[in-house]
This record gives sequence, C-alpha cells and structure tokens, in this order.
Amino acid sequence: MLILHCPYCGVDADETELAAGGQAHIKRETVGSSDGDFEEYMFMRQNPRGVHFERWRHVNGCGKWFHAARCTTTLEVFGTYSAQTLRPPQDLLTHITGKRPGWSFSQWLETLS
Amino acid sequence: MSNAVSALQGKSFEGYVTVTEMGLRGMLTLRGDFGSTVLTRAVNEITHCDLPAVNTCTTRHDRGVAWMSPDELLILCPHGEADGDVAKLADALRDEHFLVANVSDARAAFQVKGEGAREVIAKLAPVDMSPEAFAQGHFRRTRLAQTPAAFWMPDTDTVELICFRSVADYVFDLLKRAGTEGAEVNFYR
Amino acid sequence: MSTRLATGGRHLDRATSVSFDFNGRKLKGFKGDTLASALLSNDQMLVGRSFKYHRPRGIVAAGPEEPNALMNLGQNGHFEPNARATTTEIFDGLTAQSQNHWPSLDYDVGVVNSYASRFMPAGFYYKTFMYPAPAWKHVFEPFIRKAAGLGKAPKERDADTYEHFYAFVDVLVVGGGVAGLLAAERAGKAGAKVLLLEQSAHWGGRAPVDGAEIEGRPADAWVTDTVDALENMDNVTMRNRCMGAGVYDHGYALGYERLTDHLAPQAAPRHRLWRIRAKHIITATGAIERPLSFAGNDVPGVMLAGSVRDYVVNYGTSVGDRTVVVTNNDDAYRTALILKDAGLDVPCIIDARPHGGGALMEDAKAEGIRVETGKAIAKVKGGKRVEGVALCAQAGEGAILEEIPCDAVAMSGGWSPVVHLWSHCGGKLIWDDAQAHFRPDPAKAPTGADGQGFVSVVGIANGAMSTGDCLTDAVKGTNAALQGIGISPKRTAAPQATEEPENPMAAVWKMPQGASYKLRSKMFLDYQNDVKVSDVQLAAQEGFESVEHTKRYTTLGMATDQGKLSNINGLAILADSLNAKIPKVGTTTFRPPYHPISMGAIAGEASREIFQPIDKTPLHQWGEENGAYWEPVGHWRRAYCYQRDGESVEQAVNREVKATRESLGLLDASTLGKIIVKGPDAGKFLDMMYTNMMSNLKPGKCRYGLMCSENGFLSDDGVVARMDDDTWLCHTTTGGAARIHAHMEEWLQTEWWDWKVYTANLTEQYAQIAVVGPNARKVLEKLGGMDVSKDALGFMEWKEGKIGGFDARAFRISFSGELSYEIAVPASQGRAFWDALLAVGEEFNVTPYGTECLHILRAEKGFIMIGDETDGTVIPQDLGLHWALSKKKDDYLGKRAQQRDHMTDPNRWKLVGLETVDGSVLPDGAYAVADGTNENGQRETQGRVTSTYYSANLGKGIAMGLVLNGPDRMGEVITFPKVDGTEVQARICDPVFYDKDGEKQNV
Repeated sequence: MLILHCPYCGVDADETELAAGGQAHIKRETVGSSDGDFEEYMFMRQNPRGVHFERWRHVNGCGKWFHAARCTTTLEVFGTYSAQTLRPPQDLLTHITGKRPGWSFSQWLETLS
Repeated sequence: MSNAVSALQGKSFEGYVTVTEMGLRGMLTLRGDFGSTVLTRAVNEITHCDLPAVNTCTTRHDRGVAWMSPDELLILCPHGEADGDVAKLADALRDEHFLVANVSDARAAFQVKGEGAREVIAKLAPVDMSPEAFAQGHFRRTRLAQTPAAFWMPDTDTVELICFRSVADYVFDLLKRAGTEGAEVNFYR
Repeated sequence: MSTRLATGGRHLDRATSVSFDFNGRKLKGFKGDTLASALLSNDQMLVGRSFKYHRPRGIVAAGPEEPNALMNLGQNGHFEPNARATTTEIFDGLTAQSQNHWPSLDYDVGVVNSYASRFMPAGFYYKTFMYPAPAWKHVFEPFIRKAAGLGKAPKERDADTYEHFYAFVDVLVVGGGVAGLLAAERAGKAGAKVLLLEQSAHWGGRAPVDGAEIEGRPADAWVTDTVDALENMDNVTMRNRCMGAGVYDHGYALGYERLTDHLAPQAAPRHRLWRIRAKHIITATGAIERPLSFAGNDVPGVMLAGSVRDYVVNYGTSVGDRTVVVTNNDDAYRTALILKDAGLDVPCIIDARPHGGGALMEDAKAEGIRVETGKAIAKVKGGKRVEGVALCAQAGEGAILEEIPCDAVAMSGGWSPVVHLWSHCGGKLIWDDAQAHFRPDPAKAPTGADGQGFVSVVGIANGAMSTGDCLTDAVKGTNAALQGIGISPKRTAAPQATEEPENPMAAVWKMPQGASYKLRSKMFLDYQNDVKVSDVQLAAQEGFESVEHTKRYTTLGMATDQGKLSNINGLAILADSLNAKIPKVGTTTFRPPYHPISMGAIAGEASREIFQPIDKTPLHQWGEENGAYWEPVGHWRRAYCYQRDGESVEQAVNREVKATRESLGLLDASTLGKIIVKGPDAGKFLDMMYTNMMSNLKPGKCRYGLMCSENGFLSDDGVVARMDDDTWLCHTTTGGAARIHAHMEEWLQTEWWDWKVYTANLTEQYAQIAVVGPNARKVLEKLGGMDVSKDALGFMEWKEGKIGGFDARAFRISFSGELSYEIAVPASQGRAFWDALLAVGEEFNVTPYGTECLHILRAEKGFIMIGDETDGTVIPQDLGLHWALSKKKDDYLGKRAQQRDHMTDPNRWKLVGLETVDGSVLPDGAYAVADGTNENGQRETQGRVTSTYYSANLGKGIAMGLVLNGPDRMGEVITFPKVDGTEVQARICDPVFYDKDGEKQNV
C-alpha cells in the first residue's frame, strides 16, 4: 500500500486514490514508424530491479497524471514530478544517484531499447 | 423551474450524526488558467471570493469557490442562478481559453452534522480527518468507499460533501451505516 | 481434574455468573472468563479432535497461539467457525460446538486414522492418491472431504455489520504488555500522536502473572497507573480487543478490533478494521512459549507452563490437582511455585538441564517440590486425559526410571519472540543461540518510502527476556524511533524491575535425546495438522531440504495457527536431520494477518445495499414504480423492459418493440456519456480521438463517430454534436463515459499537453430521453415551444430551446431507424419531463421501452453495439465501417496499428447478417463450423454470432455475426452447432433487416 505525493495537489495520496499507468517516458510511435518501432512502443515494457520511472494518476483526487521514481525492490520513492516533461528533473536524478551510487538515467534509458 | 428536484429530495437520517441530503445546490465547473487576472476577476465578481489556495475552498454567504485541480474550480451558487452565472462567466472569459459548465444537477450534496462528523468520513475515505490535519477551509477530493467525492467543513462539527447524483442513494446509505448509534470510534478528542 | 479454585482470578468478576452452551450442555462461568477458562473450570479437558488422526485434544495455551480448541460459535446469521476458545470471551447465551468429530466429541469414528497413523506418514496423500486418475474424483476425494475439515462453513448471510477506520498517527504501538505500555507512554509524553493496540481484553501482558515487580511495586499496580496516565493523554488513543494484524508498505498497518464479540449480538458493528498509516511502528508483541517434544505431548492435560499459570492467576482455574512441570529453562519454575501457592500439588519438576536452574529452582526446592535434573519425560500415560508421566534420562533413549502419577503436565521449551509484524514487510531475523530463538535483526528493518526503517521491536519480542530488560529495551527503542521521525524524547531512565537471576536455558528439541522411532512418532510438533517429529525427519530423508518445501510436504505450520507453536521446534528437527545449523535452514515467511481476521472486517462497509455503488438515473424511481426489469450496465441499472401486469419479460419486450415501430416509444438514455470538449485545439484533438473527421463538423450538426485504442481496436462509439466554434459534445456508450473521459484526459495531460483543450464530463447533468417512432414529432409538437419540423431540425442536427417549458437540447439522431429525437433536460427536471411526455403521449399509446427493445431495434437496422459486435479484438474494418475511417487525416489513435499485417489480413472475419433457414433465433455466441479439424481435434470454425434476437416486427430470428469472407458469401448457408448437440442452419445476408433505405428516420 504505497503513498505517493501528488505533485499537482500536494496530497500524500493513499494507493487507493491512485491508478497505475505503467512505465513512463515512452515516445509515441505512429504512422510512418516501422513495424518494429511501433511494436516496441505499443507492447514492450521493462521491469527493472531497482530504480524505475512510472506513470500514476491521482484518479480519486485532482485527476492529474504524474510521474514517480521508485525502487521496485524496496519500494523507496525517490520523488514524484510532472508528467508533462520528457525527462525527470535533474535534482531528482542527482538524488537517486546519491541513494544508488553508480546508477544513471542514461543507463535506465538504454535498458528500454 | 419549480418541478426541479434533487436526487433524494432532502432525505435525512438521525444517528450519532445527522445526515441530510441538502437539496438543490448550484455548482459550476470552471476550467481555465488561474494565473489569468481576467479569470480571477470574473470568479470574484460571481462569488465575491478570492481564488482558493490548493486544496481549500472559500465561501461567502450562499456562494463559494473550491480548488479542484490546478486548472479546475468548483463554483457554488444558488441553484436557480447557475445558468445565469455560466453565461456571465462565459462572457467575461470570452477572450480566454476556458470551459465553464453548469454541473448542479450532476451532483448530490450531503451534510453530516454532529461531533462524530469527522470520524464518519474517516470510516469511508483514506484521509486524515483529525482537526490538526483537516480544518475549516480545507477542501478534499477523494473517494468515499467506492465512489468519488469531495468535502469540506463549514464549521467544526459539520462536513458538507458532494458526489455524483447517480450514487446519491449509495452515499446516503454509506453515511447512514457509518453514523449508526453504537458505531462511535471516539478517535478525535 | 481441571476445576475452579475457590479464590483468585484477576480477570474474573465472581459476582456475575454467566451461562453458556457447549455441545448442547448448559455450563456456567464468570464474567471475565474466556471460553477456554470456563471449559477447564467445568472439567472439560477434551475440546476437539486433531485434523488428521482425530486424536483427542485438550487446551494447550491461553492465547491466540492455541492450536486445538477451535470452536463453531453462535448460530444462524451469527455463526462463525474456527474460533479459538482461548480468545473467546463468554457471555450469557454464548453457544459453542467443538469441531472435527463424528458422531460426537467423546466417540469419534475418525480416530481409526490414529491407529493407522504408522501408515499415514508425511506426504501420505501425495503418495497414495496418485493413480488411477479417476479414483481421485470418485473415491479418494469424496472420502477425504467427508472425514476432513475443521469448522463448518456458515449457511446464512452474515447478520452483523463491519466497518473500516482510517487512522493517521505518528507512532503505532502494537502490544499492551509492560513494554508496549511504556513505549506508548514515552511516545505520548514526547508529544507524539500515538495509537496503542492490545489484542486481548486486558492491559499488562504477562508481567502481572509472572509476579514481576516494577519500581518496587507489583506489576499490576504499575500497569494500572500507566494505563491511567495514558488515558489522560489527549494525544494517545488506546484500544484493547484490537489486534495488530499486519504491517505493510509505507507505514501501513491493520488493526483488527473486535467490538462486540464478547457481547450477545448487537446492532453496533461487530469488527472494525483500522487502516492505519503510522510514521513509525513499534511492536511489543511479546513471546510465545514453545512446547517440548516428548511422546504423548498432545494428551489433554499437557499444557504450556506459562498458560497453566495464566489460568491459575487470571481465571482461578487449575488444570489439574497434580501437575508435573517439565522444562529446559527457569521460567517454568514460576508455574510450579504459583501452583504450590494456590494449594495444588506439584509432584515433580523435570528439568532437562544436567544442573537445573538457578534461584527459582532453589525457591521450588525450599517449597518442598521435588526437582529432577537431567531428566525427561519418556512418555505421557493416558488417552483422553493425562494419567501420569514416565521419567527417563534426557541423555538416554527413554528407558523408564519411574512412573509419576499426575493429571496435568506443564511444559516449557523456552520462549520465541513474536516477530511476525516485523517480518511482514521484510524485516530480517537473527538466530540467538543462547535463547534458541529468532529475534529481529535491527540492521535489517523493513524500510519505508524514504528508504529508512519504519518498524522497531521492543521488549521480549526483541529478545529482552527479563522484565527489567524489557523496560530498558522499550525506552531505548522508543527513543530511537521518536528521533527517527523528528520528535525529541524526554530523557528519563527506564523504570527498574526486581527479579531473581536466571540460569541459561538449554536447547532441547526432543525428549529424550535418543528417542526411538516409536516415541518420535508420538511427539507432536504441529498439533493442529498432526505433524510429528518422525514426519519432519522423514521429509528430510526424502530430500526436502528447504524449510519451505518441508512445510508444504508435511503441512507443518500450515494450519490456522500458522505454526505459532511448531515453527521453531520443526525447524530444529529439520536442521538436526540435515546436520545443519538452524539459521542455515532458515525460517518460513511470516505473512499477514498475524491471526485470522474475519472476511466481514476485510469487506468493511461493503455489504448488502452498499456492497457496491449502483448508479441510478433521474428516472430510476419511475422504473421502480412501473415494473422495470433491471439489468446492470456498468455500474448503472437500466430497465431491460417494463413489465405490465401478468406479462413475461419476453412479452413485454415484444410489446415495446411493436409499439415503438408503430407509434411512439420512450427510452431513458440518461446513461449515455456526455463529454464537453472545448478549446482552440479541440477540433484537432477530436480528429485524433475519433477515426473520422470531427473538426469539419458544422455547429448545429451531429456526426456518428468511432473511437479506437492506440492498438487499433474499437473501444467506443457515439454521436458528436458541435456546440459552437470551439466546443463539441461527445456522446459515449453507457459504460464508457468515465473511461472515455479518462482516456481523453490521459492523452491531453501526458502527450499533447501543449494543446489548448479542456474537457468536462457532464453525463449526469442531464436526463436524456429518446422519443422514438412515427409519432415522435407529434408528441413534441403537442408539448410545444420548439419547432421540431423536418426543415427546422433535420436529421443529424441539434438545437437548444424550450420544450413544454423545459430547458432542453434536442438531438435529431436515431439508433432505431425511426423518426427519433433525443432530448436532454437538466437531471433535476428529468422526472417531470418524462411525466409530461407520458401525459401528452397517451393518445399515441406512448410506450416506455428498455434496453432489450433498444437492442432489437438497432439490430433490425444493422447498427453495431460496442460490447456485442466488438470484444477488444475487432477493428472498424471488420464491421464494414470503412466510411467512418477518415482518409484525409494523417493520424488518429489506432491508425498505425490498423496498418499492421494482422489487421490488414483479408481473412479477418467480417460482419454480416444471419437469418436462420427455419426462422428460429440463433444462440448467442454460437460458432459456425467449417470443414476439417484443428490440431486439437476440434472442428474448424468460420464465424460466430455477435448479436441475436427475435424480431417481433419481422416475426423471425435475426442476427449479426463475424464470418470468414462473409460479405463475399451472401446467400450461402452455414451451420451452427448448438449446446444440445443439434445444429441450426443460417443464411448469410445483409445486416440491415428493416427499412434498408432509411426512409423512416428521414421523415
């Protein structure tokens, strides 16, 4: 039963107020994309041990989508941030690297492809 | 219109709190840019209230305005004036990007009154209802058991709550079960 | 015999007698008794039969760890199986029945299993009932089902109510013994918001029973003062009869409060599940005493030593007149001393340690109690109750030195900390060799959202074995916990406790050391599941080296007590058999709840009328009053049809179908989703949402649209109306409003957040009524106020105005093929408008119709229905809806997916009409067979039925279906096998059965 801080309304929301939306930072592929790229976008997801970026919606609350950086093994939450960005904020990335030395966002992006 | 009726037409229940369906309330949804002075002024003209801070509501007499999300407000007004207020807002905001709609009839409103009002809500919503965490002026959207709801406290022992009209029976029965004599928790002192 | 003592019993109110019923006998106890203490006081030693061998079993413990005394409690709607007698408080009128015996507790035929026990070793069922396969279903299973099973399942609906409560605190303290009380007091004094839970009805735990002294006074007095102090703190909430049931992620914990179980049935909720969020959780859950493994350790009258003293001190109940104490530690001597003090006989203390105990042993000797050190029990004599014990040397193989007559045995194998809550959320354990138990490893606490530990364990649960150590540990643990959450503790020393020093315990895993197989096969580890020392040894021999495998193979620890007594003993036997150290073998995983909790508490308020929200339209009440036959559509209740007096559902549907086509029907269409989409980029956005073009729709016009998911499949449909320059109103299906609104918001918020579009779900703002049939226009004209003529309001147009004085929007759209208007009025006026339509429609035989009629009318016209023609695997192209797929747009959701090769496969099944050769109605979902069989030997298929109805207008069955190359096979007859083995032939035809040219809707 997670608690995630909604960056839009500031509520520390109980998991029962939230809806999970899977992996974050996926680029949409559409008309003009190759079959392989489209399949990757549509169906392929990572499930890393450790740091992960996810989409959540504060559905029983302000209704906004946001992103969360979370450790999939310990459920430690490194931070939440706006869904309206292509990349997590730099201070969050620095914070994660502080907590998980050796980890980097570019590494995480690589595991996605 | 005189033949307009609210979902439960004022039904009430007397337990260790009093639960009352509040009849017809005027409510508008307004979506727009809170940074816009045009919007701030238009809301103020309709409600005589300032824009509320995050998760709060401001009320004045029979009007008020509540923070629903970073781009959505709930405006409270007399039921019969809702359509007129929609027109006024639409006119004031005509050069802005906005959406305003009368949602009065999409909702049902309840009042939970009594010393146990806080704990009755805390039986149904995953929200810290202790006086230090939830005070007068706060406004919270959440779920009430299995349905979305929002509430605020006009005074120390009253909760006013809105939900969708279609679940008015469900919400009334939830509050009734939670507020039944003998089910007191006495957690907040 | 077990009996009530003349004096004593700190929990009893001897002035208030309570009568209850056990197995049909009227018995008496006192207020404050548990069912266990009351039964023992009535000399009811035998309380149940074991699960596998049906051995007679008595009460072993005094708390929730009790494995044997499981009862069926209450009657009818208040019936509950598998309740522990030790945690059940008696009240006037309580009824209890013991379990797992037939025909009676005293004479149980299942006991033959016991004589056969030699042939029913570990894994017996797995090994025996393998072959032949049919025998399992017809022979073994029915027999085992009859013989097995603990409690009975309730037959009636639960008459009680339950509820949840969401509590947010700084510190949750679980356990109201001295350590927990002290932790709560320290946290409370430091200003933290504290919730303290105690599972039993009493505060103070074991310390008052054990005769501890705190601050120079009896523990009882300290407990009373501390409880008073806590009750006076506004920031502390205390709940007894409330068990800390589980600890979960991010400081979430469950408390299981039993509000009325100790009373006769009440109107108040029976259980309350506390759903707690705590910044820090302190568990002070104490320890559970372990049994010793000697032959016959399950004979009624053999009890844990600590429990024997609980019964004497707390309930004034003696388990026997002559009690032999058998131990590997000093604590059990307290039991001997208390028994002696109560005037009871202790013929012997058998201490397995070669040199015995310390000061407590000297006290016992001074009381004249015989102490035998280095000795063991070779076996217990007696069947349904203890008659004596045979003494032997612990170091030997069980040669009997002497028989000591007695009627009770108090055993102690040491104490195991209750580490369950610590472990629930990932806390790790370390093995303490000196105490032979696992205790929490403070370096490996469960971690919360911030990555820091959020659970601490204090007191005996943390391995602090004496009262003094407990108190010191509680203060230390609480101070650290408070600092961790930013609260400064008050620096005052822990209260002092006086106690006698104890000699170290010795690990004794079986008695005697070299016991023969015969003895080992009567040493019970898990009482409830009848797992013996010999079973675990056999499992080890057969290669079950992992404790998790051994657990499942032998069923050790798998009963309702979840191994509270058997866990460590079983583990030690396994380690010994594998010649490994206990920590190497490991321990099984503790999972919540700590102790079974009721299903009702888990469900909370969600029962009966509030099991689930039911969405009701503004016209729901009219339906209730007028014969609505309801069907669920999403969370909505919609009328399937409105039955008149004496009418069957089928008759009502046929009447509604004919009346609507012939004159005038009314449908409550309020459930259809109504979403406003507004903004400078709204047109662009809707062009992405819908497969067809919406940006070029003219204000005042309507257009039918399709929505697909990003992977191409049809997800919703409905009519879109353009309200003004930058505003559209999107109608969705009944079930789709919230889903489609969320779908739009998701794309706007997470992909096209720079587009200027706002949406609002206005579904419930309006009551929407479809006015349908040749007389639809006439009835609206009679109401008056709006020109609804063909020229003023053409097909697929809408306008706003007054109809009969009501604020209305009229949409001239048709899902029936008839002249039809959908009129939206504010929900608050919906009922009045409906009534007005009924009144003026009387002359046209106005007929309210339900969803089945709606379906038949649309099927007659070949209109698809989301959820019938679509099932998440169907694309618009399959349904011949190419006309709704814009060729002008570069992109829309689903477009790219529809270009994938599977989507463009010419062999995808396509929509056609189907009419049976004999006019009958095709079964819904039936498949059309083709030649040949597939690799599984099943017949190949070439199509399936998606919608099928009896059309009263056409006087025959009509259907739609998806068929291989269907549109190219018009007139061909295909075969549909039916469930009853017969077949029905149907001809492929145009899906439009009625008014093919659409003349009726365009009038």
